[in-house]
Amino acid sequence: MSFFVSQVLTGLAGAATLFLVASGLSLIFGVTRIVNFAHGSLYMLGAYLAYLAVAFLRPRIGIEIGFWLGIVVGALAVGLIGVVLERAVLRRLYRASELFQLLATFAIALVVQDLALAAFGPEDLLGPPAPGFSGAVRIMGRAVPEYDLFLMVLGPLVLIGLTLLLRRTRWGILVRAATEDREMTAALGVNQSWLFTGVFFLGATLAGLGGALQLPRQPANLGMDMAIVVEAFVVTVVGGMGSIAGAFVAAILIGQLHAFGILAFPNITIVLLFLFMAAVLIVRPWGLFGQPPSRGRRAPAPAGPLIRPLEKRARLATLGLVAVLLAAPALVGAYYQAMLTEILIFALFAASLQLLTGIGGMVSFGHAAYFGLGAYGAALSVKLLALPMAAALWMGPLLATLGAMLFGWFCVRLAGVYLAMLTLAFAQICFAIAFQWYGVTGGDNGLLGIWPSAWAASPGRYYYLVLGLAGLGIWGLRQSVHAPFGYGLRAGRDAPQRAEASGIDLRRQQWLAFVLAGAAAGLAGGLHAFFKGSVFPDTAGIALSVDGLVMMLLGGIETLSGPLVGALLYKALHIFIVSQTDYWRLILGGIILALVTAFPHGVVGYLAGAWRRPTWRRPSWRWPTWRSR
Amino acid sequence: MAGWAWIGVLAAWLATGGGARAAEPIRIGEFNSYTSFAAFTIPYRNGWQLAVEEINRAGGVLGRQLEVISRDDGGKPADAITVANELVAKERVVLLAGTLLSHVGLAVSDFAKQHKVIFIAAEPLTDTIAWSQGNRYTFRLRPGTYVQAAMLAEEAAKLPAKRWVTVAPNYEYGKSAVAAFRELLQKRRPDVAFVAEQWPALGKIDAGATVQALELAAPEAIFNVTFGADLTKFVLEGKLRDLFKGREVVSILGGEPEWIDPLKDQAPERWIVTGYPWYALDTPAHGTFRKAYEAKFNDYPRLGSMVGYVTFKMIAQAIAAANSTETEKVITALRGLKMETPIGPITMRAADHQTTMGTYVGRLTVKDGMPRMIDWRFGDGTTYLPSEADARAMRPAD
Repeated sequence: MSFFVSQVLTGLAGAATLFLVASGLSLIFGVTRIVNFAHGSLYMLGAYLAYLAVAFLRPRIGIEIGFWLGIVVGALAVGLIGVVLERAVLRRLYRASELFQLLATFAIALVVQDLALAAFGPEDLLGPPAPGFSGAVRIMGRAVPEYDLFLMVLGPLVLIGLTLLLRRTRWGILVRAATEDREMTAALGVNQSWLFTGVFFLGATLAGLGGALQLPRQPANLGMDMAIVVEAFVVTVVGGMGSIAGAFVAAILIGQLHAFGILAFPNITIVLLFLFMAAVLIVRPWGLFGQPPSRGRRAPAPAGPLIRPLEKRARLATLGLVAVLLAAPALVGAYYQAMLTEILIFALFAASLQLLTGIGGMVSFGHAAYFGLGAYGAALSVKLLALPMAAALWMGPLLATLGAMLFGWFCVRLAGVYLAMLTLAFAQICFAIAFQWYGVTGGDNGLLGIWPSAWAASPGRYYYLVLGLAGLGIWGLRQSVHAPFGYGLRAGRDAPQRAEASGIDLRRQQWLAFVLAGAAAGLAGGLHAFFKGSVFPDTAGIALSVDGLVMMLLGGIETLSGPLVGALLYKALHIFIVSQTDYWRLILGGIILALVTAFPHGVVGYLAGAWRRPTWRRPSWRWPTWRSR
Repeated sequence: MAGWAWIGVLAAWLATGGGARAAEPIRIGEFNSYTSFAAFTIPYRNGWQLAVEEINRAGGVLGRQLEVISRDDGGKPADAITVANELVAKERVVLLAGTLLSHVGLAVSDFAKQHKVIFIAAEPLTDTIAWSQGNRYTFRLRPGTYVQAAMLAEEAAKLPAKRWVTVAPNYEYGKSAVAAFRELLQKRRPDVAFVAEQWPALGKIDAGATVQALELAAPEAIFNVTFGADLTKFVLEGKLRDLFKGREVVSILGGEPEWIDPLKDQAPERWIVTGYPWYALDTPAHGTFRKAYEAKFNDYPRLGSMVGYVTFKMIAQAIAAANSTETEKVITALRGLKMETPIGPITMRAADHQTTMGTYVGRLTVKDGMPRMIDWRFGDGTTYLPSEADARAMRPAD
């Protein structure tokens, strides 16, 4: 019994931190609709800045005041950083699609990682114990840290404070109004600009406070951002995006899940969290306290540029490109052949994501699931069934297709961010299985020695194999977009109710899109396995899912060739920058930020716009009209 | 024209990429997780930079300067393969060296085998790389988990404790360290029982809950493999909740400065650890190394610094002995190569391509606000490694 109680208390202390971070995330999302991937970075900066503030203040104004003032200073400093980010970057993107904002915040997270390394150094920085809360008290005979109790009290206090702020002040009422209906609030003459900045300040300060309060419990370190951001997303989504009380309840549930999960299942700690989220979303599609989006009053999105089969000039250009690709091995050496091979594989991956997200309007945060299933399907059929490469290459897409059929069936029942988070949950479950099922997948040691058969072993030959198969896959995806299936899918994206009214079985179309996209991504995964000679859990990891989104958005989500160009740009840039500098995250992040603000339609969207206009001039300033379901 | 301006900037930036190249240096390809595990790898880089500077100042190797092409592997196996391919196919390096994470090292060693290029795995700790998946082209420098666990098991067997619990990150390194320690301790002490285990995810330990779960098993001793921020959290919570009171703790690598120094004066006392007491090593060889390192970087050496330093000294010595940069000749030179290091002589065993580098085992204490090892002794790898015949039997045929 005493053990049970103290474990509950431990879970509550962890929940308090999660709540601080997730409530900020939820607030920001509620008002600005920004899925802030950089929220973990703000949390990390909170810890570092508080460390510096505490170290500076303690010797000057005394140990106790210095510590607590330092925490507050750290949190407020992060709030100011949030304001700078909002006014300098995100402000320019409010009218862009949600995914562009995600891309921008992802780039900010990359930049912050390198800046933090440069500014604070590589070593972990451990703060002093909290004055007044440095010991432990005995509760039912077990030692419970006083600081845990402090956090436990702080969590509900912050909840009460936020609730009062949102219910009792004019500012709070405006924030709630904007959360409910942004357009109407604007129409009533509320200054959105300052409202948004204010919300960002508050959200960032909460994240910074969460980080700063970690100082007595854990060192400020460079892994903090990624360690918390996904978990904070899970809390926000489980609670219902935009709901502070929901975030509070979800944080407590997840805190307890951690505290007791490690007792029952010490070996599968990673997967529990995502199983829980998947279960909640399947039962309650908008989270525990979330409201279904008020779809009724939302006008159908004005259609983006209509995707048509290529006109004559473009066809000739495509043929020319294929000819160049066919001739490439004769023109460049082994290294560039390998680079082209990698780019082609990711072009197929990005194109498959494009079918799901760009055409189908279903944002996937977990597209790597199918890439990973494809890679493991191919590798395991070599290892377990001793299949030759030619046969194993088909097992990858097969496994990925099966996965997509299963996951897709659940996913198409949700919409928007919730759908995206469910795809993430499934991808993380795949990752966890690859990571923790040692006997079969080799865990993080991966599966090695998956090299191509002799007939395709040279870089040039493998390049042709990939060119053939990836080309076929991309061609197939394109055909499906121009088929009736593709038109139905697009109808579902732009006006779901009208589409259903005209007799389209939307869920079936969307499920089919999952299956097609999964199969193509699986093919890419299988090709990747033989290309690298090995398979690792990373192939189903979050980073790869994000890479896919970045490629698609860089190229342009409204065009079919966008993802291909995006894959080329992103991969080539990545490989090139890594070979030039260790500060590749800073430079890559900076370039993405620049591209996002300069080319809101993606590179291909920009060029296509220029192509259509008779004279070569600046395109009219139009934000992409694409939006998710 | 904002968009086009960006393209112009980008093009200009790309154009400034390549630099002029000196005449005929020997090119070595080097990569490590410099961005994702900076605390462990930047001291390593400092170490090899010092070695390369010394080698080149003394006239280089075979009359040629060493030129190191260094890359970041991002902590991901797939990226490491991309980088390795670039170094071999484009930069034309004569051999590859580096890596920290076990799975990255394994992926590169498989690449080395496929592409018939030498790979000096400097830091990965998994023994798979030397034994069950060892290959002709891969050589491992550091003592692996088996040697570390063997030294700790020897010390642990001297303790009266019989009820043990383990806590380790849930991946290859944690798994293999726990497995080796259990096996070796129970071989020496059949009366020992392992009564509970915790496997927190790397970088995500829920320290309070983990500490409680361990305490629930009422152990007499604890074997710890967590490191980095996880270790710090575990130590803080464990101290607050009296987990360590009256219990022995054995912690692998817990005496290496890069792992324990962030805890400063809050480091745990009396833990039995393997590590690197750089502050207490007074041999002339180590003194010279430490003085040169401190002069160049204005910082004290970590274990990684020493490993990086020795790695590149070994590469230079092997190429000199081979009198060539051809792969087969350098492999022949590396097999059985004997060399001096700051912590004593080592041999690259021909049977399993593993050096006999040893490590230090002792107890932790805090002195002048920093963690320090006391009562330490040096264990030579030769004593703890399986015999060359046994090791050869574990390896697949070349």
